[in-house]
Amino acid sequence: MTTTDAAPETAAPETVAPEKGAWTGTAVRRKEDTRLLSGAGTFVDDLALPRMVHAQFVRATVASGRLLSVDLSEVRRVPGVVAAYTAADLDLNDITAILDRPPEEFVPTDMPILARDRVRFAGEPVAIVIAEDAYAAEDGVEAAQVEYEALDAVPSEEVALSEGAPTVHDQAPGNTLLDVSMFATEGIDDVFASADCVVRVDTRSSRQNALPLETRGVVASWQARDENLLVQTCTQVPHTVRTALARSLGLAENRVRVTVGDMGGGFGIKCVVGREEIAAAAAALRLGRPVKWIEDRKDALTASFLGREQHYDTRAAFDSEGRILALDSDIVCDMGAYSCYPFTAGIEPLMASAEMPGVYKVPAYRVRARGITTNKAPTAPYRGVSRPQFVMAMERLFERAARELDLDPVEIRRRNVITQFPYTGVNAVTYDPGSYLEALDLAEQLVQDEGWYELRESAAAQGRTIGIGYCCFNERSGYGSDAFAKRKMSVVPGYDLAEARMDTSGTVVVSTGTLSHGQSHETTMAQIAADRLGLGPDQVKIQQGDTERTAYGWGTFASRSITIGGSAVSRAADRLGEKLLHIGSHMLDTTPDHVELHDGTVRRTDDPGRAVSYVDIADIAYLRPNLLPKATVPGLTGSGDFDTPGDGTFSNSTHAVVTELHPGTGKVEILRYLCVEDCGVAINPQVVDGQARGGIAQGIAGALYERITYDAQGEPSAASFIDYKVPTAAEIPDVAISHLETPSLLTESGAKGSGEGGTIGAPAAVVNSVNDALRHTGVEFDATPITPEQVQHALEAHS
Amino acid sequence: MTDRLLITLTVNGEEHELLTPARRTLVDALRHDLRLTGTHVGCEHGVCGACTVLVDGSPARACLMFAVQAEGREIRTVESLAGPDGLGDLQRKFSEHHALQCGFCTPGFLMLAEGFLADNPEPTREEIREAASSNLCRCTGYQTIVDAIGACADERRQACGAVCGRSADNPADERSRA
Repeated sequence: MTTTDAAPETAAPETVAPEKGAWTGTAVRRKEDTRLLSGAGTFVDDLALPRMVHAQFVRATVASGRLLSVDLSEVRRVPGVVAAYTAADLDLNDITAILDRPPEEFVPTDMPILARDRVRFAGEPVAIVIAEDAYAAEDGVEAAQVEYEALDAVPSEEVALSEGAPTVHDQAPGNTLLDVSMFATEGIDDVFASADCVVRVDTRSSRQNALPLETRGVVASWQARDENLLVQTCTQVPHTVRTALARSLGLAENRVRVTVGDMGGGFGIKCVVGREEIAAAAAALRLGRPVKWIEDRKDALTASFLGREQHYDTRAAFDSEGRILALDSDIVCDMGAYSCYPFTAGIEPLMASAEMPGVYKVPAYRVRARGITTNKAPTAPYRGVSRPQFVMAMERLFERAARELDLDPVEIRRRNVITQFPYTGVNAVTYDPGSYLEALDLAEQLVQDEGWYELRESAAAQGRTIGIGYCCFNERSGYGSDAFAKRKMSVVPGYDLAEARMDTSGTVVVSTGTLSHGQSHETTMAQIAADRLGLGPDQVKIQQGDTERTAYGWGTFASRSITIGGSAVSRAADRLGEKLLHIGSHMLDTTPDHVELHDGTVRRTDDPGRAVSYVDIADIAYLRPNLLPKATVPGLTGSGDFDTPGDGTFSNSTHAVVTELHPGTGKVEILRYLCVEDCGVAINPQVVDGQARGGIAQGIAGALYERITYDAQGEPSAASFIDYKVPTAAEIPDVAISHLETPSLLTESGAKGSGEGGTIGAPAAVVNSVNDALRHTGVEFDATPITPEQVQHALEAHS
Repeated sequence: MTDRLLITLTVNGEEHELLTPARRTLVDALRHDLRLTGTHVGCEHGVCGACTVLVDGSPARACLMFAVQAEGREIRTVESLAGPDGLGDLQRKFSEHHALQCGFCTPGFLMLAEGFLADNPEPTREEIREAASSNLCRCTGYQTIVDAIGACADERRQACGAVCGRSADNPADERSRA
């Protein structure tokens, strides 16, 4: 087999003749690595175009206020400044995210590109300044004169929902954008009234930044030859950006091309459409010059899309054996100043409502979920999307009930996890097969075998404080159109389209609507296609991130890429394979049902010695079409589409965490982190491990470190990494991962998503572990992050 | 803001003449004037380490230095790590251990590790972990970065036997022996 990639890659996979299917499950070395390790990646800020100018934004200095005047005359006199525009100057259409729900359930709100008459959070863009270099753009921003009439701010849930509160949006008195009661099992109050045990937890998670190391950014330019606006940006959703941007600018979509190069992480905050990239694009059209905008870290921390600020007041009823009888939750998600496009402020509360029972057999369920608006930066669906929060609520309930009923925390879970599949829950969701009980059992076994229970006891005798905590959860991945339509979104991201095209050298380009930005799809999607075609991954190139080179696609979020995108790639490769079989069988004087794909050839099944290579087939398909079988279209292409049927496919996992609490400092030290995960068939196990470890690190960050706070006027207090504590290698422990494999019956490869799981499970596992360590004190934490001050106080109060 | 100075920057062994404003940072000069875009900008206040380069062999934040301060110093960036035969040993270890996902922080970690291993060719895992805690990564959870740096140290140690990972052509090693 020959390697046809032009660039010799030391990190390229071994090119050994594979059997069909051989690449799946193999830790193939990543195709992405060589360029990224050499400094040869192409991130947005690496782009430089002739006559390019640089943008920065004048941002609101009050959290809530009327915009009385924006005077940019001094800005325009600053040396190096080229132009400065207000909302009136650019006259762009607002972005409005909509749900198909009645007004009592959902209030749509408009997000202007630049603030017009009202500002709703400190940091909201008010004007755009364009200069010859980035330094001069900052100088220009400093010279802006903006007058506000400050209004009382709504900085918190407490204020937002209080009687007579000021309003963030006039359309939403009471500051509630979404208020949905999706489930209410009849007779649930009687269940609570007669239950042996009722426990209640009030869980809160703080506002966080998803924190891709690469901030947001864009280079926008009018391309005279293509007669289109080229928007080179870092987004997880290029087609969604194209649609929103074209509508805001009033352009036909064939006048807009969105491309994405290398991207320094996203974690959800780049799967929504930002205002700044649209303003920069408008400025580029206005000036006839390329405009670059690179968000600085202060703006990323204060004025970008944030996430996670949620509050759950939850009760559960149990029988005397610890079986859950009913679940009742009142959920409030603080979504900040605006509904994000396309998901709306409903994304987190609707996710929580639909999925809260999780891995447990919950017979009765009632939920009310609200998405409220406050004078803080808007939020986007950060990795995990309310699952870290409702899993926290569920796992705290089980811990509390275990204590009330004097049951072992693992045993109470064991009695409640779903074991028969498919299982249709009280939440009207059908769960495909998973290994919920097996994962829990294995995690407990590992903790026992490693001696942590003994250590906990012996350490206690020496005055040390060690705890063990668990978390069981599943992760719905591959939400198809059916699943999203249930949320009543007016934009329903479900399907994905792929196209596989073989060239005359027998190598393949496969396009996908998904968009890798760290997830390694250039490698894993190539493994998938290579297996279908009997090629090596080095002979398959993945095309992504260009709205003119891929079919309309939904990008990468919600662990959809390998499940949906990968299945579309499988099918496209299969269609291409069928064409190879069709032409190959003709060349081998037989019919398609007597040939197979094997190692870069089509060979006869009845006479495997007779084969024709893909190169020979391609030669005819492209260069000598006169030799094609009758009525055969020239060329070698195949298209595939996929949309997950029903409710999608569920990965599952159990995490077990051992922590030690240090008196004096209040430090929470993680002594051991064990993860048992089941994402079905792992296309590339090393990549799956990487997703789990990275997700767990972000979950630990939420459990113990990161928090964005605001003062009573809505001024954000964390504007740098000095104030926003991001954990480093000194804080994040090694993670031991064990794998179970329950293949998905819904996806082409048997894979389930694995992008978010770590982030979902880590907060509850860590919090449960800390609470277990504090068992002797009676202190239990239900809010994150748990700070050293709190831990120290709890230990001191008891000593 | 129009004060400009003519300086000479020595980057990866090559000299570059540059007319630069006094306030221009080293990382902007490297990225946008010399077009060495492998060094990245993550925070511009010296915490994340995405801009880490070697200055006279020691890791430094290129966002906290002005370009004019780098005159007369030896600058090394990620672009210097690969040789004619492809990726260097540290880069290969990062790939083998999946120590990068999105790759944005990676050049900073590579230069941090390159400087660290020159100073401490036989580090313990805890020493590597402490050194790696200078920089931020949001994708990997750090474990595989620590693994990769350790594996590189091991390989270098095995390769040079008694002289443990010190390569004579590395100026940092000359300094650390002095």
